[in-house]
Amino acid sequence: MTSKQAGVLSAALLTAALTVGAGAKADDDTIKVGILHSLSGTMAISETTLKDVMLLLIEQQNAKGGVLGKQLEPVVVDPASDWPLFAEKARELISVHEVAATFGCWTSVSRKSVLPVFEELNSILFYPVQYEGEESSRNVFYTGAAPNQQAIPAVDYLMEQEGVERWVLAGTDYVYPRTTNKILEQYLKDQGVAAEDIMINYTPFGHSDWQTIVSDISAFGSGGKKTAVVSTINGDANVPFYKELGNQGISAEDIPVVAFSVGEEELAGLDTEPLVGHLAAWNYFMSVESDINDEFIEAWHAFTGDEDRVTNDPMEAHFIGFNMWVKAVEAAGTTDPDAVIDAMVGVAVPNLSGGYASMGANHHITKPVLIGEIQDDGQFDIVFETPGLVLGDEWSDYLPDSRALISDWREPLACGNFNVETGKCGGQGA
Amino acid sequence: MRLIRLLRFCAALLALCAPSTALAEEHPLRGQINALAEGGFDHVETIVGDLAATGDPSVVPTLEALGEGDLFYRKDDGLVVIAAKAPGRKYTLSDPLTDEALGEVKRSAVKKIKVNNKLRRAIKAALGGLTLRSPDAATRAAAAEAVFKARDADAIDALDAALAAETDSGVRALMTEARAAAVLGSDLSDDDKLAAVDVLLARGDQEAVAVLASVATGTGPLAAAASDAVTAINNSLALWDGAQSVWYGLSLGSVLLLAAIGLAITFGVMGVINMAHGEMVMLGAYTTFVVQEIIRTSAPELFDYSLAIALPLAFFVAGAAGFAIERGIIRFLYGRPLETLLATWGLSLILQQAVRTIFGPTNREVGNPSFMSGAFELGQITITYNRLWIFIFALIVFALLLLLLRVTSFGLQMRAVTQNRAMAAAMGIRTPWVDALTFALGSGIAGIAGVALSQIDNVSPNLGQSYIIDSFMVVVFGGVGNLWGTLLGALSLGVVNKFLEPYAGAVLGKVLVLVFIILFIQQRPRGMFALKGRSVET
Amino acid sequence: MITRRLFEALGARAWLIFIGFVALAVLVPVLHLVVPEGQPFHVPTFAVALAGKYLAFALLALALDLAWGYCGILSLGHGAFFALGGYAMGMYLMRQIGSRGVYGDPVLPDFMVFLNYQELPWFWYGFDQFWFAAVMVVLVPGLLALVFGWFAFRSRVTGVYLSIITQALTFALMLAFFRNDMGFGGNNGLTDFKDILGFDIQADTTRSALFAASSIMLGLGVLLVAFVIRSRFGKVLLAVRDAESRARFLGYRVENAKLFAFVLSACMAGVAGALYVPQVGIINPSEFAPARSIEVVIWVAVGGRGTLIGPILGAVLVNGVKSVFTAALPDLWLFVLGGLFVFVTLFLPRGIVGALNLGWLRRDRGSTTRAPTEPPHTDPAKAGDSGTAGRPATVPAAE
Repeated sequence: MTSKQAGVLSAALLTAALTVGAGAKADDDTIKVGILHSLSGTMAISETTLKDVMLLLIEQQNAKGGVLGKQLEPVVVDPASDWPLFAEKARELISVHEVAATFGCWTSVSRKSVLPVFEELNSILFYPVQYEGEESSRNVFYTGAAPNQQAIPAVDYLMEQEGVERWVLAGTDYVYPRTTNKILEQYLKDQGVAAEDIMINYTPFGHSDWQTIVSDISAFGSGGKKTAVVSTINGDANVPFYKELGNQGISAEDIPVVAFSVGEEELAGLDTEPLVGHLAAWNYFMSVESDINDEFIEAWHAFTGDEDRVTNDPMEAHFIGFNMWVKAVEAAGTTDPDAVIDAMVGVAVPNLSGGYASMGANHHITKPVLIGEIQDDGQFDIVFETPGLVLGDEWSDYLPDSRALISDWREPLACGNFNVETGKCGGQGA
Repeated sequence: MRLIRLLRFCAALLALCAPSTALAEEHPLRGQINALAEGGFDHVETIVGDLAATGDPSVVPTLEALGEGDLFYRKDDGLVVIAAKAPGRKYTLSDPLTDEALGEVKRSAVKKIKVNNKLRRAIKAALGGLTLRSPDAATRAAAAEAVFKARDADAIDALDAALAAETDSGVRALMTEARAAAVLGSDLSDDDKLAAVDVLLARGDQEAVAVLASVATGTGPLAAAASDAVTAINNSLALWDGAQSVWYGLSLGSVLLLAAIGLAITFGVMGVINMAHGEMVMLGAYTTFVVQEIIRTSAPELFDYSLAIALPLAFFVAGAAGFAIERGIIRFLYGRPLETLLATWGLSLILQQAVRTIFGPTNREVGNPSFMSGAFELGQITITYNRLWIFIFALIVFALLLLLLRVTSFGLQMRAVTQNRAMAAAMGIRTPWVDALTFALGSGIAGIAGVALSQIDNVSPNLGQSYIIDSFMVVVFGGVGNLWGTLLGALSLGVVNKFLEPYAGAVLGKVLVLVFIILFIQQRPRGMFALKGRSVET
Repeated sequence: MITRRLFEALGARAWLIFIGFVALAVLVPVLHLVVPEGQPFHVPTFAVALAGKYLAFALLALALDLAWGYCGILSLGHGAFFALGGYAMGMYLMRQIGSRGVYGDPVLPDFMVFLNYQELPWFWYGFDQFWFAAVMVVLVPGLLALVFGWFAFRSRVTGVYLSIITQALTFALMLAFFRNDMGFGGNNGLTDFKDILGFDIQADTTRSALFAASSIMLGLGVLLVAFVIRSRFGKVLLAVRDAESRARFLGYRVENAKLFAFVLSACMAGVAGALYVPQVGIINPSEFAPARSIEVVIWVAVGGRGTLIGPILGAVLVNGVKSVFTAALPDLWLFVLGGLFVFVTLFLPRGIVGALNLGWLRRDRGSTTRAPTEPPHTDPAKAGDSGTAGRPATVPAAE
């Protein structure tokens, strides 16, 4: 009885833990690539597509002969929109499956959750989504936009082209909107916008009843000055938000809404007829005219077997990140993380809008900023494009505490938060 | 990009310099219209202004098409055309000036003339000036609204002319207001402006405030009158605000009611803690999606009836799923209500994943039929049609359910079984059958709720999850087993929520509502309408 | 003498389980640290972290079992107590980061610098001390449970009503913690911990120690639950579970008994949360999500409620299944998990432990004579608390 009891328990515990561990041993003939995107739960809506695009990219690379003469092998796990599970799965990918690099995460919190794991186990993460900045890790490559690559050009556009004088900053209450709005608020004030002409509003995740807020916006917007909404509303809540806007008859000519989280994928779930003219700022639109984009879209349709599947900005980020990784691995001649991380800085690969993206020393990339207006077919019409490329600014100049910080992962600095005022690595110093 | 723009410019130049003689003779405005193809928003805006200044009604189709994004130019000769989508990735072209058909071309043969919001506004204002004397009253009203928004002093003459000819009193009022707005932006005398202030005061809405606010600054009698008017309008708007909150609350409440009413049957009446309730709602929403998809591909003219078609189907689909669940799982669990929670939770995971596998994880598009789009004004309250219909629909569903329970023999049997199963069985009622049908009824109602919710929310595999907790709150708050409780619970929670929202914000407002529910249950442990009598504490 | 009395007060089973966990607390770290990598018995870091997480979940399940399995209080909000304990520990860990945060502020955690806090909010005071955090880990969930339970049990909120308002409680807390204005880091929660009690949180030795601590705490938890249910007071708890009204008519203060079980359970959940956070490295408001709490109920049900070992087994098994299948069948694992829940409810109504029919496992007092069900109020509308009402006589299942 004694042994039975202790046996049942510890056996159960250890088998459970070890079966996970015993999953797979590294196969020397292939290079494994981890894909860490939620396939279930609330974020599956956005992330599943990114898993698919990674599978496509890996398939294409294998058709070209793989990397370093080896085939790539995708390892897909489902962190189920569960943040601690992201950390667990990241650890599993790195230490059990021994992946050479991981492509994954969408929300800030999932990135924050896996960050210590990637740093501890010294592996590489490619993060493809626009985010709030204020972070630079040696082990993470940020292929999405930082606030200066999305928010500020969009606001500039509205100010110059539309003559907007009053601003509603509406967002879901989490760190990305909070930071973006803080940056924008400071930026707008610097541009001479009065405090009473800025309205900031936060809503919970998945907010579905927008009646009050939309009518508040419309009241705020009828103050006699041209008004625009800068929306950092998170994915799920956008559909009811735009439906309410459309139904209350707020058209883009009256109060344009510029969104940073609404792309082709989100619009696919909407009737966009009433939304024509509302804006989005991204670094890529499916409607970009370039040969490489046409090829990519064609490959994507062939891969998914669905002519209606759209492409979007985070997909392009993975496209860029993956090609950069391949190039860096080939330059380094190995998949060893340290060598690849060093080889990454300065790598330039074509982006989908017909130009080149290069990896900066701060592990962010250069991007064009595009502003598009929603069309009735769910696509965007590009109405503005920055003349040159913009490098992601990880430490915003518009936040008092990060103004003095820079990041440069090249030797001899090799620091993610170097303070140019104190000349020390490690934030503000004590 | 650059190169394309250059090419486009050259093409346009060519079109300008060497227009085919036939075209040039054909219409004096042809050159100006073809110049639209040169692009550049500012350039296009200038041309739009010039075209509007001609006052020639023949430019109206061009401007309308431009605003709608239907104006293209042919890449080969730079001719500006109106293009409509045709099957097979083609466009059907027509001449904007003569309406002459120009045949079909491949999509790559034409290029769209881009517009942005600013341009669209300019076009609307231009069209407003041009269509003030349109034969159609609705067009004239829209034109008056456009002029009102533009507040263009130059439009006063056109408005005066239009007013003189106007017969429709509604349109007349709009034109008077538009004129007042234009007067305030002009350099007319203060007396004219004071009269305009009165007109806008009578209009009394947010937009009037917007116009008045622009002259309310500074000193002098005009500024004083304007600021008095602003105060007066704002005071009356504050009252309307209260009414608006009530309506928003009722509307939110009706959504809660719809979500919860099926649960009031499966949970409230049968005692099954049905965690898969949300997924029944989701099934209903996806049924709507499938119906609309079929209609879109095979019979687009039926689109406005899609919801009517979807309703019985959703009821049937979700009801059948409910029936299967009851027969397959729930019936083994009577007497162990809390275990129904576990089994239905497992089911909800399976159903979500099944939908994700079949329909994909992304949102699916469910459109609003025309009668559910848009809004109307009731005083100063904007009421959107979809919310109004959902409110009415929720009440109808509630009334029908109540009738079913009170009047029909099935309702009688259902109540008999839930009140005293042994006795009901002894009277010859087939209790297992009644159980299955009751569960199917509850699920079916959840399904039709899904049809309604598909009109305002995401249709995604997570749809059900976002309503399940609220639904349980409503049923428990109202009093389990009492339909009237569910109705009042839903509506009062909705109204409370909407009154808290402006003060506490959306997040804190919801937290406060939840705390309120918790405290309320302490006071009335069986909800608002507790069943009285011995059964409460057997 | 004392040991003997202690032994008798707790019963042989509880001691055996305890010894089992102490053994595990020694064995796993040894296999992890001493046995070199590559050896067949080496336990990798990954498995230690995972197993430690399972044990923290197991403690949470055990806590819920005390309230639900032994006292009939079905809480759908136990995740709240777990998360509060986790936040208390997380706040301590945040304060330990000191000036190593990205902004290098010596006092303020990064997210506060980010949100322009000028000084530490008052409720963060004291969390730089481990003892203070440790007290808060128990105190905060305990106090919340006390206040909540005091009102709820006094008003005789029972059955489904209680379950739903516990759900409302955790839902409200989730929404509140999601707010960035609350000062708990909003959606991102607390993360990027550096060290605990001066030890590097990523070091293998620290991980082993945390695992050992979880294992021993779980063992102690088992002893505590065993002690409670074997005491005279424990019999009152079982009586409340099986027939609340009768227990009340016999003169027992039912609400006090329930309150005690509920508060104790909440404290244990808080400890579980505190053990969980340093091992997974993040605490975020989604721990408050009602779905999480429902999951905990499912662990207990799968393992077998009203037993000591059942909830532990259930927690480990369900989480193990989740860990394995999210990697092995990323597109299909929800079918597996959902199917498991349906299967267990239908075919193993007493959970795995009940089904295994291992006499020694389920021979708990009060559960040998009748199935460990919650008060079988068959109809929430009549959610009574006696075991006699209801409709088992005519349920279709009886066919």
